[in-house]
Amino acid sequence: MSDPVPARPTGGDLIYRQRRPVRLWHWINALSVIVMLMSGLMIFNAHPQLYWGQYGANHETPWLAIGSTGASGFLRIGAVTVPTTGVLGISHGVALAFPPLLTIPSGYDLAAARQWHFAFAWLLVIPGLLFWLWGLASRHFQHDLAPTPAELHPRHLWQDITDHARLRFHTGEAARRYNILQKLSYIGIIFGLLPAMVLTGLTMSPGMDAAWPWLLDVFGGRQSARSIHFICAALIVGFIVVHLLMVLLAGPFNELRSMITGWYRLPQEKAR
Amino acid sequence: MTILTRRRLIGSIGASAGGLLLSGCDRIVASPAVRHVLGAGESLTMGSQRLLSNRSALAREFSALDMSPVFRTNGNTNPDTDDYDSHIAEGFANWRLIVDGLVRRPLSLSLAQIRAMPHRTQITRHDCVEGWSAIGKWTGLPLKLALDAAGVLAAARYVVFHCADDFDGDPYYESIDLIDAYHPQSILAWGMNDQLLGVGHGAPLRLRVERQLGYKQAKYVMRVELVASLDKIGGGKGGYWEDSAGYQWYAGI
Repeated sequence: MSDPVPARPTGGDLIYRQRRPVRLWHWINALSVIVMLMSGLMIFNAHPQLYWGQYGANHETPWLAIGSTGASGFLRIGAVTVPTTGVLGISHGVALAFPPLLTIPSGYDLAAARQWHFAFAWLLVIPGLLFWLWGLASRHFQHDLAPTPAELHPRHLWQDITDHARLRFHTGEAARRYNILQKLSYIGIIFGLLPAMVLTGLTMSPGMDAAWPWLLDVFGGRQSARSIHFICAALIVGFIVVHLLMVLLAGPFNELRSMITGWYRLPQEKAR
Repeated sequence: MTILTRRRLIGSIGASAGGLLLSGCDRIVASPAVRHVLGAGESLTMGSQRLLSNRSALAREFSALDMSPVFRTNGNTNPDTDDYDSHIAEGFANWRLIVDGLVRRPLSLSLAQIRAMPHRTQITRHDCVEGWSAIGKWTGLPLKLALDAAGVLAAARYVVFHCADDFDGDPYYESIDLIDAYHPQSILAWGMNDQLLGVGHGAPLRLRVERQLGYKQAKYVMRVELVASLDKIGGGKGGYWEDSAGYQWYAGI
């Protein structure tokens, strides 16, 4: 790394933490993921039931369904039904699985949602592939994301989990690098959830199933792929929620500055 | 005097911010310029799918065990016109499939003639644009054979399927290009699940174009027209759903 870093930075020092490709990809990806999530929820609204296997339609039993009977909305997973009136199934008198505030477009429009979804899919895939190439070539992945054996030691992992739970974040020199929970979640997003989203999305395409028939074997059928697509989307939402929470707790100004300008102020050491 | 509690304040700020966001977003969504830019995604998708896949790459064919126990119907399930009703009453004996447009020898084929021609049977998955799938067995005349019998002229670029059904007076139609038209699994199906194609699924003839979504699988096909351009057909976008609701002409995803 060619970071202009003082010999031994300490708490309070401003360090160059995020390189330009990381920042650029982060914001492009933030935009595309949010548009894809919101348009994806509208696409889901067209048939708010999920199945396992090659086929699945109204005559099959879904493992997940969101809907409404009369004025009450429900979420049903397996045999468990949860009342969700006002949030899912029906809200403000609109009988849609996901409410207008969460979807693109806000009113029911499958054709437009698909147009948004598949246009922004390119903004997810092309910058994503370029980021992969850059990350490997520049050794960003190997240097900044790959966990060290010591970090993966259960004791260290547990220590980091309990520190996070107590909102004790790394300070001083230790805060120069991603902590192990950050590393694992970023790896999970970059190499796990995002590729899984793209591949399960492609598996739903009858054209791609003809081009790459192995997709159906990898995911166990188009309807399984649709279910996995939805589950991975939910996990990405979970990541975003925790990610934003961490930004807020760790100091939103400093964190945002580092993701916009690259410069990050190391938190002051505190007496433990 | 209204007491503005903190909760109410936050609630109303949230609601108005949400409302603002909603109306702003919807204005963006509705803008023709935005739709035009997003439309580039569709061309990119079609181009890359065509690049990645062999022209005759087959959609997966399943075994009889994989078939949906019940294959749901969708869209129009009966054209409900006087003409169509009399065809049902006559068992489609006087029904004819017209193949015309940019062809050397326009055809008018009876159902008996079509069934006497070579047929292909395939168990394939039908994917609705809404997200559900059903697997069924289709038997029919390879579209290529009908096109070859009529002799497609060099100027032809698209095949348009004119249907007997309509939505509020707008006739259903669909179109595909010649790459999909000559695909080995593109058939004019007259049989489904070992029976003659039923009215709910498009009797007497429906298109199967297995690498695309359900709305391309035109039912109640009456006429196959070869054209050089889609501009003058219907609303000009190549299909009923494309014209009326902005669905993608290329429905490979």
